[in-house]
Amino acid sequence: MLLALILAMGGTMLLQKAYTPKLGLDLAGGTTVTLSPVTLNNASPPEEILDRAVNIIRDRVNGTGISDAEVAKSGDNIIISIPGVGQNEAIKLVATTAELRFRQVLAAEATQVPQELATNAPSPSASPSATGASPTPSGKQSSAKPTATQSAGAPKPTTSPTGKALSSALTAPTPSASGSPQPSATPSAEGKKQESKKGQDAKSTPTASPSAQASTPPAQDPNAGINTEGIDPAVLAQYNKLNCADPKNRGQGVQDDPNKQYAACQDDGSFKYVLDVAKVVGTDIDTASAGIPQGRSEWSVQLDFKSKGAGAWGDLTTKAYNAQPPRNQVAVVLDGVVITAPNIISPIPGGRAEITGNFTQASATQLAEQLKYGALPLKFNRSSVDTVSSTLGQDQLRGGLIAGLIGLVLVVLYCLLYYRGLGIVAVLSLVVATIITYTSVVVLGHNANFRLSLPHIIGLVVSIGITADSFIVYFERIRDEMKEGRRSLRAAVEVAWVRARRTILIADAVMFIAAIVLYFLAVGGVAGFAFAMGLTTLIDIVVVFLFTKPFIALLAKMKFFAKGHPLSGLDAERMSETGTAARTTTPQEA
Amino acid sequence: MGLARRLYRGEIDVDFVGKWRLWYSLSGLLLAVSLAGLLINGLNLGVEFKGGTVFTFKAPQTSVEEVRASVLEEGVHQAIVQSAGNEGGWRVTTESLPEDTRNQVQTEIAKDFNVPAGEVSIQAIGPSWGGEVSTKALWGLVAFMVAIILYLSMAFEPKMALAAIVALIHDLVITAGIYAWSGFEVTPATLLGFLTILGYSLYDAVVVFDMIKEVTAKLGHTSKMTYSMAANNALNHTLIRSLNTSLVAILPVAAILFIGTTVLGAGTLKDLSLALFVGMIVGTYSSLCVATPLLVTLKEREPKYQAIAKRLASTGGKGAKGSKSAAVAKG
Repeated sequence: MLLALILAMGGTMLLQKAYTPKLGLDLAGGTTVTLSPVTLNNASPPEEILDRAVNIIRDRVNGTGISDAEVAKSGDNIIISIPGVGQNEAIKLVATTAELRFRQVLAAEATQVPQELATNAPSPSASPSATGASPTPSGKQSSAKPTATQSAGAPKPTTSPTGKALSSALTAPTPSASGSPQPSATPSAEGKKQESKKGQDAKSTPTASPSAQASTPPAQDPNAGINTEGIDPAVLAQYNKLNCADPKNRGQGVQDDPNKQYAACQDDGSFKYVLDVAKVVGTDIDTASAGIPQGRSEWSVQLDFKSKGAGAWGDLTTKAYNAQPPRNQVAVVLDGVVITAPNIISPIPGGRAEITGNFTQASATQLAEQLKYGALPLKFNRSSVDTVSSTLGQDQLRGGLIAGLIGLVLVVLYCLLYYRGLGIVAVLSLVVATIITYTSVVVLGHNANFRLSLPHIIGLVVSIGITADSFIVYFERIRDEMKEGRRSLRAAVEVAWVRARRTILIADAVMFIAAIVLYFLAVGGVAGFAFAMGLTTLIDIVVVFLFTKPFIALLAKMKFFAKGHPLSGLDAERMSETGTAARTTTPQEA
Repeated sequence: MGLARRLYRGEIDVDFVGKWRLWYSLSGLLLAVSLAGLLINGLNLGVEFKGGTVFTFKAPQTSVEEVRASVLEEGVHQAIVQSAGNEGGWRVTTESLPEDTRNQVQTEIAKDFNVPAGEVSIQAIGPSWGGEVSTKALWGLVAFMVAIILYLSMAFEPKMALAAIVALIHDLVITAGIYAWSGFEVTPATLLGFLTILGYSLYDAVVVFDMIKEVTAKLGHTSKMTYSMAANNALNHTLIRSLNTSLVAILPVAAILFIGTTVLGAGTLKDLSLALFVGMIVGTYSSLCVATPLLVTLKEREPKYQAIAKRLASTGGKGAKGSKSAAVAKG
């Protein structure tokens, strides 16, 4: 089992070609970005807004506490440091504002797609869907149903999720390979709770809805084919002027007023919309998480609304459900850009929603993090990016490692001198613990961005010493048993184990509680350190239970130990309180 | 040789609990000195906590050491030197400097590296471990102590939890005192060193208490031992383990401290390993000489153990040591 663990870790290392741990800011250097924030009115930001922004950014770059990223104020600027070079993109995304709005679509129109793009056959098209996910087993099938419906009503979408960045994370219905302006897929939404009741309705609902508007060629009369009822004329004028083929009009970072109607583009420019006032906004979100829903293969972002938001979301989807196309769509607007605008096939109560599309793991996680930690109350006028070297000289790292090594050698010598044969068990256990620690750190570094700073390394060295304590507790118990009960070694090993196990478990439980509490309550470096502490405590338990104990039990069957050979560390003379001092020639006391 | 042998065979019998006056006075003295240090000198907090001044300039033909030397020449105490960008840019973070020192450093850098003074930019930087981070760390610590008290109260008993936490605070205050008196810089790294001590101190106390619990569980009305004597027995029982464990944990730290101070001079390594070194020694001491006597003092007040102590005292006890401990508990 232990072997399997080590092999699994080693295998992961081989697969990912990652053999060294990722180092923190102090050891590896990194990328520093200086942001100059201003308020939405271009004024310099008040202190408390700036502090809030710093905290939000810190949560975003180091929400897990183990990435060793730092955020500091510098006058009116915010300086973000992330370990490793080439992190510019990551930092820029971190500094996006992440204002999320849910707006009902009032009008929509496909952008006239440039010819070369239209003929660019098989164009990626996905079916964005908003689902009121309820954790029922039936959820597995439900995702397949809308697709079936779609294929009945319209050509089946050619779904090819491509690894795009967040800015183009979602692809709206795009013209099919023939170049016809008919959208091939429709955004769909469904409420799984309603499925049993409304399933029939949902299936029979025509889904190729935006086609009515979308397929209308851009006419001379800009308002042709648009139901202008309830649309603010000023916004309509903006909408008519809006050219989504120009990427400038669909960049991120625009602040849209949630209380006004709004003309916006799809993030890839394929559609433009008139959107109603935002009924649900980012602050209505309780938590957000990225993941692959069961039964599907694409990344998506799941949202849980707060109670107020849940009610508003239910109302919004009900209203859209009862409306005529294209007003049955609800647009998800991030930083002023529509990232998806699914049809609402049934009202979605229950306070949950899901944003799907061409998310990659990175972009879905990024969006979820941004939504979870809230929107930045600022925008950034300019930023500068620098690569910085480590704050500690290489001499410090080298010195620390050499010293750690010397220390471990001393520990090994001491164990061998004091415990003799048992010392070998201790040393081997330490070796196993070190291997597991090293591989864990490497694997976590490459998969969870766990970064080692110098304090972590020192902490790990110390914790290896604490791991050694578990063996010492056990060994002393064995010797106690041998002294008191005059049992055979095999019996003593078992009896001592029962008693030592309790001590080890309680002591490790204390460490583990400490680690968990600190990890969840502290931020930044402290949380990262707590993580390392919890990790080493687990490793301690794993090694003692799965290696040291079985190994000693095995040794107890060997003559060398069972007979109490002087070099085994278990000889009767050493154990016995009444033992004579006859064998004083042993060199151990020196 | 004799001592080592007796230790190895577990024949040692030190009266830890009986010498409580000595330990309490020693700890009291250490605590007083530490608190005085904290009040008089305060802690030398690093740039990460207080914020500081950042100088940036371009000087392609120099090394980290030269830049650091140049900055330190002007009476700056802390200087974190980093190369920035690919064109020989440098970024030096120092503690918050007053206007005139700032200008002196600027002039010095300009002179040493032959760049126009105007191209050495000066910026103030806020603490990266400021307000929020420290506050949250503090709350984490408080919650941590509460959680530990609860857990130890369940696993052992409330009095043991109390004694363990007192020993823990004892260790932390004394370690902080060392920093106050030595003037070593307190950086985030040091803080993490403190946390390591915290875990270590608790771990040590837990192992000792586990043994005490086991030994004292056998005490009954007809017992021939007072709680003090039983606890002392338990201590002597785990003494080898305590010393071995401490030695094994301290050896690597001592090596790091040695290399940190002699070979490398100033730096994180030294700051961090000092905290660990002192904290571990104090931690071992406190679990033997503070936590246990404190626990005994608390426990001997319980009627059950008072009765045993009284009975043994009246019958002459079981030797001088035992009656002394029993008397201690009554006083």
